[in-house]
Amino acid sequence: MTVARFWRETPRRYNLGGNRCSACTTVYFPPRAVCPTCQKHRQSLGKMEPFTLSGDGEVFSFTLVHEAAEGFEMQVPYVLALIKTTEGPLLTGQIVDISHEEVHIGMRVRAAFRKLREDGRAGVIHYGYKFSPARENGGREAVASPVSQEALARAAARTQGTART
Amino acid sequence: MREVAILGIGQTKFGELWDRSFREIGIEAGFAALQEAKLSSQDISALYLGNMASGSFIEQEHIAPLILDYAGLAGHHLPAIRVEAGGASGAVALHQAYLAVASGAHDFVVVGGAEKMTDVPEDVQTDIANASADQEWETVFGATLPSLWALVARRHMHDHGTRREDFARIPVMAHEMGSKNPLAHFRNKITLDQVLEGSPVADPLGVMDCAPASDGAAALVLGPLEVARKYTDTPVRIAASQVACDTLALQHRKDVTTVEATVVAAKAAFQRAKKSPKDVQVAEIHDAYSISALMALEDLGFYAKGAAAKGLSEGEVAFGGKLAINTSGGLKAQGQPFGAVGVAQVAEIVRQLRGEAKDRQVSGAKLGLTHNLGGTGATSVVHLLERAN
Repeated sequence: MTVARFWRETPRRYNLGGNRCSACTTVYFPPRAVCPTCQKHRQSLGKMEPFTLSGDGEVFSFTLVHEAAEGFEMQVPYVLALIKTTEGPLLTGQIVDISHEEVHIGMRVRAAFRKLREDGRAGVIHYGYKFSPARENGGREAVASPVSQEALARAAARTQGTART
Repeated sequence: MREVAILGIGQTKFGELWDRSFREIGIEAGFAALQEAKLSSQDISALYLGNMASGSFIEQEHIAPLILDYAGLAGHHLPAIRVEAGGASGAVALHQAYLAVASGAHDFVVVGGAEKMTDVPEDVQTDIANASADQEWETVFGATLPSLWALVARRHMHDHGTRREDFARIPVMAHEMGSKNPLAHFRNKITLDQVLEGSPVADPLGVMDCAPASDGAAALVLGPLEVARKYTDTPVRIAASQVACDTLALQHRKDVTTVEATVVAAKAAFQRAKKSPKDVQVAEIHDAYSISALMALEDLGFYAKGAAAKGLSEGEVAFGGKLAINTSGGLKAQGQPFGAVGVAQVAEIVRQLRGEAKDRQVSGAKLGLTHNLGGTGATSVVHLLERAN
């Protein structure tokens, strides 16, 4: 993937910046220009509000990948999953920091900011979200936290082009 | 809208055709179809060509006029139009051609489907195939087409009690039929154990659950049904041609264990043809992955959700059973040249309806169905074909 193409989506891939329909409150990730489910489909154009996902969710389905996608060859075998986020959207991403035998449907996970892949030895390194097991009661230090709430808010604002801080 | 008939079919061998170029296989299939239809090139007024990724596979775009040119028709200045819909490119090309004839815009048209995949190494083939998934929100996070179908399979097992061996039966049946098809990529038979013990691709799917990358081309000649008898003794009527689409990414579907585009296309097709799934004796179903075929049996209306496994294990879905599927060998054994798949599926049903399928013949085949998918089901195409008596 080219540098510009990846860079354009960094606010979403780094900070889980999605959006929400102001009419029916459905949350979308990645953000959408119009609300596909809303009865007021066309009226939602220009009225989608920024909304940042918490990064919390649970495993909806998973697989152990042996034949890698381009740029992931060094990571095989890796666990790829569909994650049902607390806010609703389903996300596709890897599950890390756990043995693949322990992964199961319904397992609680939390988004982690990680290196996704690199374009060869001298190429660009792509970062974004992966998921690791959620731990109870302040166990968050065991898991790479995405970013601070302030940074999330700034990213959401930048995404919408409404404010710069 | 007038009725449309298939007047001729043509198909090359599918497989690793290293000694043959894209243009060679493209025109071979087209000429074979024209010859069957007793039509000359001059009678044709348009060409529709299904192809997914010639730019990536052979670094050649603009391939519809290329095939027209090498078919000797450039001087006639016909419209030659390439159609792309991932793995469903061939069936969508047929749909466009069907609409053109049904509307009266054209009388006789050629529909081709062709893909030349084995000029590039396997890892490159895989990356090109993955491009029919969402590159921004699926593959960038490590997803591949087989891994997305594996996610579907795992959830189908979880929600509907489907067992691993239920979908493993599909490639076994495919190879059984492929062994009887001289055009098939793979002609060896395989066992259930071989599928279950195949090297893992994305669990629960192994290498034997996944259709290969192949070279190949197929073609059809379409014309108005009212004059079909002038060109063939065995016209086949297109009773319905339906395309339906859904979200590109699997993660945005309402229910990942249902390809809703298939449900919608099938319902519309049966309604249009005034038929129901129980009227179908023979079907070519998109088994790019074993699980995609099992789910299609449900989504097309042959079985309720979660019930296809039973139909497969009890032998209802089998050659000689109530419903014969993939008598060609399917994508798994006949081969999977992306753009050609949807056209070749229809060619096989035409052979069945004419009674020309030899030792693959389903006795008493009157109504046939084809089902062609793009990606994880963002495009689904259903055709119903009937003997025109």
